[in-house]
Order: sequence, then C-alpha cells, then structure tokens
Amino acid sequence: MSTVYNLKREVEKPIRLTGGHRLCAGCSTGVVVSGVLRALDREDRAVVVNATSCLQVSTFMYPYTAYMDSYIHSAFENSAATCSGVEAAYNALKRRGKVEGTVKFITFAGDGGTYDIGFQSLSGAMERGHDMVYVCYDNEAYMNTGIQRSSSTPRFARTTTTPVGSVGQGKKQNKKDLTEILVAHNIPYVAQTAPIGNFRDLHSKSYKAIYTEGPCFLNVLSPCPRGWDYPMAMLAEIIKLAVDTCVWPLYEVEEGVWRLSYMPKKKLPVEDFLRPQGRFRHMFRQGNEWMIEEAQSYVDQKWERLLEHSGA
Amino acid sequence: MSSRLSGNEAVAYAMKQINPDVMGAFPITPSTEIPEYFAAYVANGEVNTEYVAVESEHSSMSVCIAAQAAGARAVSATSSCGLALMYELLYVAASCRLPITLACVNRALSGPININHDYSDSMGARDSGWIQIYAENNQEAYDNIIMAMPIGETPSVRLPVMTCMDGFITSHAVENIELLETDAVRKFIGEYNPEHYLLKKENPLAVGPYDVSAYYMEHKVQEAEAMKAAKSRILEVAAEFEKISGRRYGLFEEYRMEDAQLALVLIGSTAGTAKAAIDKLREDGVKAGLVKIRVFRPFPGEELARALAGTKAVAVMDKSEGFSANGGPLFAETCSALYNLKERPYLINIVYGLGGRDVRTEDIEKVFGRLADIAVTGETHPAYTHMGQRSREEETV
Ligand SMILES: Cc1ncc(C[n+]2csc(CCOP(=O)(O)OP(=O)(O)O)c2C)c(N)n1
Ligand code: SF4
Ligand SMILES: [Mg+2]
Repeated sequence: MSTVYNLKREVEKPIRLTGGHRLCAGCSTGVVVSGVLRALDREDRAVVVNATSCLQVSTFMYPYTAYMDSYIHSAFENSAATCSGVEAAYNALKRRGKVEGTVKFITFAGDGGTYDIGFQSLSGAMERGHDMVYVCYDNEAYMNTGIQRSSSTPRFARTTTTPVGSVGQGKKQNKKDLTEILVAHNIPYVAQTAPIGNFRDLHSKSYKAIYTEGPCFLNVLSPCPRGWDYPMAMLAEIIKLAVDTCVWPLYEVEEGVWRLSYMPKKKLPVEDFLRPQGRFRHMFRQGNEWMIEEAQSYVDQKWERLLEHSGA
Repeated sequence: MSSRLSGNEAVAYAMKQINPDVMGAFPITPSTEIPEYFAAYVANGEVNTEYVAVESEHSSMSVCIAAQAAGARAVSATSSCGLALMYELLYVAASCRLPITLACVNRALSGPININHDYSDSMGARDSGWIQIYAENNQEAYDNIIMAMPIGETPSVRLPVMTCMDGFITSHAVENIELLETDAVRKFIGEYNPEHYLLKKENPLAVGPYDVSAYYMEHKVQEAEAMKAAKSRILEVAAEFEKISGRRYGLFEEYRMEDAQLALVLIGSTAGTAKAAIDKLREDGVKAGLVKIRVFRPFPGEELARALAGTKAVAVMDKSEGFSANGGPLFAETCSALYNLKERPYLINIVYGLGGRDVRTEDIEKVFGRLADIAVTGETHPAYTHMGQRSREEETV
C-alpha cells in the first residue's frame, strides 16, 4: 500500500463484495464489508467467515454468493472458532505443500454474534493467537431477528425487547465496552472505526489489521436505519454525529499503545446524535431530561478515560 | 504388530498413524486421554498436525467444520456433555457434507452429572446426519477409526463419521490388540483430495448458505441419499480392510444366530458379556443368539430384519433411556425394521446399565429366561422395562 490514501485509486481495485446482495437500502453493513475487503492487496486471496446475521442472510442466499473470495458461514456463535479452523487448515496444508500464495482470513459478525453469543469463541480465538482479523459490524442490536437488545445496545435505546411503555424506558444497562475488552486480550492490534468521510480511517485500520501478524480486532460502528429508526439517506450524517459527539470515538491500540485517530474540532452534545433516531425518541419527552443528562455524563466519562489512555 | 493399549491410546495411536491435518482438542472424561496422547505426538514431532486446543467443544467442532471445508482432514474426540455442546454443529457438519472424524467415548449425559458409560450422548445425536459406528472392544475402536475416512470421504457419501466406544469399559481397559503398520494405514487412507474446498486457488467456494424453502428440501434429500449410500460403502471399506488386517466387519455381528430362537440386539461391550451367557445357555440346550449392532447410522434395517426373521422372541437392550415412554432408541429402530416381516418375533425392550450400572452374565441369562417364557406364552407385557435397579422388588426384565 502506498502511504498516501487515495479513495479513487482504491475503488479501482476489483470489487470483492458484489452488488445485488439483499441488505436493506441505506444499510451501512455493505459499505463496511466492502471497505474492509478493499484493503486487501490485489494479488492476495481471502477466506471470508461470517456469523449468522443480517449480513449472512443477505449476502449468501442459496445459490448466489455476493463474495468473489471463498466464504464460510457455520453458525451464529462460532465465527471466530470457524476462522481459526480455516487458518489452522491453511497452516497445515501450507506445511504439506498443498496450498500456495497468501491467503488472509477475515471474519464478519454483528454485535450479537460478537458481544454476546460469540464472545467466548472470539476470546478463545484471540487468546490462541491465530493470524486472523475479526470485524464486528456493530449496529447495536439483533437486527436480523427484528431489533432485539444486545449487550451492545446503548442505555435508553428502544428495541423490541426493551420497549418503551408506561414503566419501561428502553434499555436499562449501558453498552458493554467490547473494544476495551479486546484490548485487554493483549493482541497486536485493536481498533474502533466507522465508514466515515472518504473511508480513510476504515481503510487504514483494515489494512493494518489484515497485514499485522496475529489476531486483530476491528469494531466498526454500522448504523441500521431500520433498527435505529432514522431516514436512510442520513447514514453518513449519523456516523459523523456519533464520532463528533464522542459517542463512538475513533482510536486504535497497537501493541498496547493507545492512539486517538480523530479529535473532533468541537465536541457536540450527545443529544445531537440521539435526536434524529426514533429509538431514542422517548428521551426527549418532558420529564425525561435526566436521561439525556445521564447519557451525556456517561459519554463524557468514557471520553475522558480515552484521552487519558491515549495521552491526547 | 501386537500391542497392549487402552481404548483411548489405541484411538490416539490410529490418529497418529493417519497424521490428520487438523485436530480440535478439548478435555472431557473419559475421552481426555485422546487429545493428551495426541499432544505428545505433536510435541515429539511424530505428527505435523495443526493441533488447536480450543476453549470448548463447541469450538472444537467449529474448528473441524471450518478446517474440513478449507480442504483439510480434521479430527476430534469428545464425550457426553462435550458432544451435547456440539449439537447444533453436528448438523452443520453433516449438512455441509464434511467428512470429519470424531471419536466419541460414550458417557452418560448430565444431569445429574455422571462420568460412566451409557449411550445417551451419541444416541442424542443419532439424527444429526453423522455415520455412527460402535466398537465392542479396543481392537474394534482402533479399526473403526482407520475405516472412518475411506467411508466418509467417498464422493457418494461425504458425511462425517462418529466412531463410538464405551467410556472406561473400553476407553480405559488395557487389552492386547493388533496394530497395522503406519505405511499400511496411510496407504489405506490415501490422500485427501476434495473436489471443492475454501483454499482452492482456481475456484473460490462458498459454504453454509441461507437456504430457502425452494432448495432446502433437495439438500436434505441429498443428505438422506448419502446416508443410504453409506451402507454399501461401509461394507466395501470393511472388505478392503479385511485384506490388510485379516479382521472381518459387517453392519452388525451375528453370534450363534444360525438357529437361534431367542435373541438379543444390543450395542458395544455388553456383547462380550452376552456372548459368555449365550455360550452357557447353549450348553443347556437353549437356542440363544445375539446381534451386536456395529453401524447404527445408517441403520441396517433390512439386514437386521433378515437376521431376526427366524427367531421367536427378541429382547432389544438399550443402554440409554429415550424418555419416549415407549422404549429406547435401539428398540424403536428394531421395531420399525421388523414391522414389514410377514412373521415377526415377539419384541421387548430392556433399558439397562444407565450411568455405568453394571450388567453381568446372570442378568443376561435372566433376559433369556423371560424370552423363553414369551416364546411359549406370547405375553410381552410389559414390553418396556428397566433392568438392574436398586429396588428390592423382584424385577421383570
Ligand atoms: C444459536 C442461535 N440463536 C439464535 C439465532 C437467531 N439469530 C440469528 S441472527 C440473530 C441476531 C443477529 O444479531 P447481530 O449479530 O447483531 O447481527 P445483525 O443481524 O444485527 O446484523 C439471531 C438472534 C441463531 N441463528 N442461532
Ligand atoms: S435490518 Fe438494519 S442491519 Fe439489517 S440489513 Fe436492514 S438496515 Fe442493514
Ligand atoms: Mg446487530
């Protein structure tokens, strides 16, 4: 990769995720997957591993695959173990002279398949040290089954299992900080990113993750217009607001060294991110001001900690 | 060459001779020794297998599925709760048509937790699409592992194979067995050259689709056909194996069945006890016989019907409870296999040995006593009983 990122040149590479998949219009997931796969060098092959999710059912419905590379889906909770199995096979067959060339192993799973049901499998694979990339596309709920809460769902968000009613006010718990948990695995590379702007952040982090030896983890914010309940044309704006409010800071931890990737010129109030989304609508009702206050103070706290870690 | 090995060591040794590409490893009694022995082979450079010591059996089966799909030969070993944890993935492995080899060292399922032998683990997986081959002793456990790959990998079959042996009774008992030379094993197994696999350069492959109603049923029918095709393949491989080992295997073993009027149908090491009881009864003029099921999936229904057609009364002995309130799994299979015979023997079901409860020759003789009564009276009630309980009351077996 040349050191200067050039989107125009990058998009000239042959595509690896074809159009015609069945993701919803306005879904960020296709953008994320294409963005990650684009970071592969032209001559390198990949095996894409996928957990059961919106992405899985939309991109490999028999008999059509949207992937130009080899692809395997096995179940919801085992994508990291699946990836380690492919990598193990590669090592064994390479040793025995039965495969040639460079093959990279990239897993895509949703937040449900990562923060929740696939967490053990992920932790195990990271600890074992397979040469693989695990990408969580985080849309903050189980979207494929119709918007149920996950441990990634932020506090107060409305989902079908954290509904808003006369007593219930959306999710009670804060979002699990999975990126930090992965940092605690002491793996070579962990990053939090999003398909923002000209995709440079997503691209360079994907490139590092793919071409750093050992297990690497990317947590990618992936808005879902259906589950988050915002007009689908707002995708880029929603992502920008998540980053500028510091709800989703962009950072990386390379060999234990924290680095902030983006410092907002002006840190926006959290309510700017919350307001356009139906899942947070009840937070703006009279009498619920405390919710916005608490959401703000939680983000501020996390942000301060990140600044401390990264020495920014 | 002769050797004295436990069942676990015999299986591990067979795996060493095979030198698979990938092993998924996780401990659970009584199969733990298999990955332990194998780890030592890896550590000593006796194999160059990629040994993946995972964090659960769920992941060991996931690793095997992925590795096999990637073009490798994958093996694993487990028991009881470990097999249960793999449950979802057993179906994935079979439906992706991946000829993985799994050594199942049978142990009772929790709960309550129990580490001893019965078949509740593998019987729970009987409808997952895996070929299941059961061993009576260490020799068979060794031989079955060596036959697994030539059976599973053949293009008309392409199904995973579970070779089962009795926990502790077989896995931990040391017996004299005959081992093949490693070269002979390698030659028998051959190279694994699948037509399609993930790491194939020329032709990328996608595995594990979302399969809609318009296609799913065809895929399941293909899987069912593969299981049917497995029956003749198992016999073919057995014939080839006999040439290199001198040991003969079928779908089941018939013991003194030529003129038997009273017969048992059962699985595994209990066959040894039953054979001893039968020899004794034969001396007293009782026409007793045994069918020891070796291959449970595919189930040899037609062959079993033929073998039992001439008998008067049969006891099917299940070493696992099915909670169907209608008898154990082997009983259900045997009943349905015999149903279309014009003249069928009387059939009863005896569930025994759960969680490692012992069974002795006297118990087997008692069962034959009941069969003798049934042959005369035709009275099969109660047709489904449990043998060997602590109750002080006289048991009907
Ligand atoms: C063991 C198991 N439990 C539940 C499901 C049902 N299921 C399929 S996808 C899914 C949610 C996926 O959520 P996530 O991982 O966040 O991906 P998303 O669909 O949101 O992109 C669920 C609950 C399943 N397939 N397997
Ligand atoms: S439901 Fe959401 S995540 Fe799923 S495909 Fe639609 S927009 Fe994407
Ligand atoms: Mg999700």
